[in-house]
Amino acid sequence: MEEKIGFTLNGKPVTVMADGDRKLLWVLRTDLGLTGTKFGCGESFCGACTVVVDGEAVRSCQTSVREVSGKEVMTIEGLAKDGKLHPLQHYFMEHDAMQCGYCTSGMIMTAYALLQKKPRSTPSEVVAGMDDNLCRCGAHNRILLALADAGKQMEGGF
Amino acid sequence: MRDDQFWKADSSNDVTDFAVNRRDFMKIAGGGIIFLFTIDDLEALAQQRSGLNLATDFNAYLRIGADGRVTCYSGKIEMGQGVYTSLAQELADELDVSPDSVEMVMGDTDLCPWDMGTFGSMSTRFFGQALRTAAAEARNVLIEMASEKLKIDAANLTVSNGVISDKKDPKKKATYGELSEGKRIERHIGLKKLKAPSEFKVIGTSALRRDAELKVTGKAMYAGDIRLPGMLYAKILRPPAHGAKLISADLSEAKKVDGVQVVKDGDFIAVIHKFPDVAEAALGKIEAKFSPFEDHLDDKNIFEHFLKVADEGKVIAKTGDLPAGEKESSATFDQTYYNDYVAHSPIEPHTATASMEDGKLTIWASTQTPFPAKDEVARELGLEPKNVRIITPFLGGGFGGKSRNLQVVEAARLAKLTGKPVQVAWTRKEEFFYDSFRPAAVVKIRSGVSGTGAMSFWDYKVYFAGERGAVAPYNIRHHLTTAYDAGRRGGPGVHPFATGPWRAPGNNTNTFARESQIDIMAAKAGIDPLAFRLQNLTDKKLINVLNVAADKFGWSPAKGPSGRGYGIACGTDAGASVASIAEVKVNKSTGEVRVVRVVCAQDMGLAINPEGAKIQMEGCITMGMGYALTEQIHFKDGKILDTNFDSYELPRFSWLPKIETFLIEDKEADPQGGGEPAIITMGGALANAIFDACGARLFSLPMTAERVKEALKS
Repeated sequence: MEEKIGFTLNGKPVTVMADGDRKLLWVLRTDLGLTGTKFGCGESFCGACTVVVDGEAVRSCQTSVREVSGKEVMTIEGLAKDGKLHPLQHYFMEHDAMQCGYCTSGMIMTAYALLQKKPRSTPSEVVAGMDDNLCRCGAHNRILLALADAGKQMEGGF
Repeated sequence: MRDDQFWKADSSNDVTDFAVNRRDFMKIAGGGIIFLFTIDDLEALAQQRSGLNLATDFNAYLRIGADGRVTCYSGKIEMGQGVYTSLAQELADELDVSPDSVEMVMGDTDLCPWDMGTFGSMSTRFFGQALRTAAAEARNVLIEMASEKLKIDAANLTVSNGVISDKKDPKKKATYGELSEGKRIERHIGLKKLKAPSEFKVIGTSALRRDAELKVTGKAMYAGDIRLPGMLYAKILRPPAHGAKLISADLSEAKKVDGVQVVKDGDFIAVIHKFPDVAEAALGKIEAKFSPFEDHLDDKNIFEHFLKVADEGKVIAKTGDLPAGEKESSATFDQTYYNDYVAHSPIEPHTATASMEDGKLTIWASTQTPFPAKDEVARELGLEPKNVRIITPFLGGGFGGKSRNLQVVEAARLAKLTGKPVQVAWTRKEEFFYDSFRPAAVVKIRSGVSGTGAMSFWDYKVYFAGERGAVAPYNIRHHLTTAYDAGRRGGPGVHPFATGPWRAPGNNTNTFARESQIDIMAAKAGIDPLAFRLQNLTDKKLINVLNVAADKFGWSPAKGPSGRGYGIACGTDAGASVASIAEVKVNKSTGEVRVVRVVCAQDMGLAINPEGAKIQMEGCITMGMGYALTEQIHFKDGKILDTNFDSYELPRFSWLPKIETFLIEDKEADPQGGGEPAIITMGGALANAIFDACGARLFSLPMTAERVKEALKS
């Protein structure tokens, strides 16, 4: 049954009329037209669909839209502020930390939640935090370099 | 495109069957200059390079707008390999414009010159050279025009960033945009040679990816991100097993779902809805019965099956006399190597969005082969090819798997049937089910070594992997290489599902088998595996990459197994020579292998974007760990038992070794392949490192913990 569900999306309030059981991924990509969040596996194994809900990285393919009612949802489209790229975006570019780019949104959103909590995460904490995000092209080492640099800047309160 | 044509074009390091459809070169829309040159030398250049024919018509490659901006048209596609960046570099350098002024249009069958597809590490090797030649020609025509306009001898003009000026008086100048404005230029001039390496301003200098900003902001468009007014999402009824036929389907419950339309065209049944998730849920309500699959092949008995169905074999290389070689041997070796089926697993599944308007189909497709896809759609739907346009947005990975265009035909069919724009995006389960896997394969090697450590004979038989990389690069007086197969697609009755090209097709299997056998021989002869290779090689490039890798790794000679866990492998692919040295740790109680470090040296001639080339090497090393250690498709009776990344394990962050890559700088040499070569070494380097660590020799890929444990017991 369709219901009215309201939440904050990238800093702005939105309301959707949707069956509350529908997954956030599809509501974002179709109803709301934000296609930066990707479908990869549909069962939370790859992380391409990761978004940040109330500061936590979640798999939007496994999260119902009802679950985010009243919460703050951030997607890749909401990361840059006033036209200025977030340090994670900046350093992903600086380190060429992607190839096909399809996992990139999920990588950045996972990293965002991780580094917001602890910008100076140790290398092993970063690896553990990113480990369930899959990249088939093999950009892993460069992604870790980007996280290390972005973390330093995020510590400064970006 | 017929499979056999594809096979011929993609089966070896050299391309000999690359036909060009000249009719399509003229299709360029919009304003700006259209150059119409005949560059005979371009063809000669192409033919020098293995008989390849490329577009001779200039307008196929580039257009200069009145504003001076340059559009580059390429039938190649960007799937992560970086040609979106490196082709722009090549064009910018030869044309003498800023790379920032170049726009890339790729994989659009209405706008770009015909291209067979993006595979075989051929974009830079072949298309890039043609693009450079075309740009060099354009630059010279523009200089000629400027000379006439400014009334200054061409020899006294200089070009920089799209501005042609008098060397003595820079105020006397003409821009490319001014020269081109409102005119269509049809000049035919002879070939002007490509820039010498000393003249490069952009080529050979590392550039960051041009698509990075789009990709970090979520703005990069992939086929599934195309949204058209009134577009519907389709989910298609699939059989439970390959070979299973539909007997009956009860559609009544699915039809009851609000807003759902069920499309049935023979056995082809699809559910469409404005939301993909609702379509998928409705699809689940279809009660369908399928016939059982008759075959009883599985991932265990497939190898026995291969040896039964193999053809009489084709000799692909032969020198000397094997029995004579056996007589010269002080030790002989007879081994069989295996590898399982492997999936491509791009993170973006096969996707296509199709729209039919006024009898013309436009399809945004995740494909490595837009032009063959166009032909296939036209054929399947009974349309004129001119009424089918494929547009290729960014691909979320390909690795050879997106050379098959089933989803493109499906989306086209549904758009035609419904009259509405339709998107088909496969689920991960569909992606595993319909993947054209890297074929499982068998390699049998009999070989010998003389008392002095020379390779005395080599009898090599490869079954179903493909020929690429099968011929050993070593100096062996008596050798015979035989391929038993009908290409990696097998032929009827060989594979129970689709198989096809997988990054460096054939060569991963062949290099694993060969380099393992070399190590076995070196160990038996009591010779350090690096020294053994060097002793049996005369190929200067291979010797060099081995020496560079060894030097950077800090190799010190030892007879294997040394306990250090060092493994070495080398080979050639797509014109490049590569050597890798790996260090592993083996947990003897669990059999788990941890790769600690990989050093890789590669000679690929001129590297257009050296950092981009290194990124590809890193990708090869990482992806290579997957086929070497964990990736295998489990199947039984036509069913693909792996449906997601829980059982099919890809390399991940926690696996990462320290990766060090080294390019042999050779700007004078022609560019060679870069997207595939380094991956060929990973099976052999890791197998040899595992042996060196613990004395266990693995003969099957992947070298799972279970298999390592088993090998440790014997």
